[in-house]
Amino acid sequence: MSIYLIPILILSLVAYSVFKKVNTYSTFVEGAIKSLKLVSSIFPYIVTIFIMVELFRISGLAITLSEFLAPMFGFVGVPKELIELVLLRPFTGSGSLALLSDIYVTYGTDSYIGRTASVIMGSSETVFYVSAVYFSKTSVKKLGYAIPIALVATLVGAIIACLVTKII
Amino acid sequence: MNKIFSFVILLAGGILLFTSPDELLGSMLSASQKAVSLCVSLLAIYAVWLGLLELVARTELDKKLAKLVSPLSRRLFGKQNSYTEEQIAINLSSNMLGMGNASTPSGINAMKGLDKGTGKITKAMAMLMIINTTAIQLVPTTILGLRIANGSRNPTSVLIPTLIATTASTIAGILLVIIVDKLIKKYKGRKSL
Repeated sequence: MSIYLIPILILSLVAYSVFKKVNTYSTFVEGAIKSLKLVSSIFPYIVTIFIMVELFRISGLAITLSEFLAPMFGFVGVPKELIELVLLRPFTGSGSLALLSDIYVTYGTDSYIGRTASVIMGSSETVFYVSAVYFSKTSVKKLGYAIPIALVATLVGAIIACLVTKII
Repeated sequence: MNKIFSFVILLAGGILLFTSPDELLGSMLSASQKAVSLCVSLLAIYAVWLGLLELVARTELDKKLAKLVSPLSRRLFGKQNSYTEEQIAINLSSNMLGMGNASTPSGINAMKGLDKGTGKITKAMAMLMIINTTAIQLVPTTILGLRIANGSRNPTSVLIPTLIATTASTIAGILLVIIVDKLIKKYKGRKSL
């Protein structure tokens, strides 16, 4: 069923735009041009995080940390191949995207690890970044219980992701 | 992030100095190479989705969705002034559509509107933050594109699991905010007795 979802969404969007007499060609071009700006703004972060992750791996630190945390994460059903992603996700969006593409290359997109990584990534957000930006214009200085709750909820999402991908 | 970066580079680099010093620069360069090819894929993905999202913005579909969302948001955030309510609705609906560039400004405005100026985080503010940090995007467009770029034979197989996981985390977050808020009020009530 889900293979029809995206094509139908795209077609109905374009059809609706035509119905609303929107110039679809120039509007699409206007949107597409924003991709250059977006990628150029995240590129330096992706390079930096990739370097950090690569050194983390090649030095053997990644294996050591994953093995150290494996029993804890294994208890809630998170496989050790995904620990790095779960840990990095709240800190950096571009960094975890870099990690995700690395996981695709290493384990394949359609493997259990590849699919679960997709679900974890798609069902979570960069907790620290979002909260820093959203509160930037308020009087609130300390977020108190909000950050721990956000992290716990994100972890719940990751655990559910590991479980659901096994079934579906 | 600064601390994590320095720590990892120094520690990992230090280990490499003893195990294989020739690999340090080599792995930094190969990592950068990987980053470039990822960004090329991302450029292709973003060009398609941002093009389509521009159509969403132009046909004002996002504002229509915002109207649908507003009764729900009133239940979660309580009654606010109409500007704040509108900003919350835009924030939630653009998040659902994955329009990051529309959700951030409205999120900042909404948060400012919920601020009571006391310097303390209110329940409504925590609620808005949790809903945003647990992600409510209906179609994970970037992930979908990356799966296709990496040769997935069934890229959309993750859509339903993602929807389930993100719903679970958002509900868990909302419940936790309600519970913690009640506990704090109870504790404070006892203290004053």
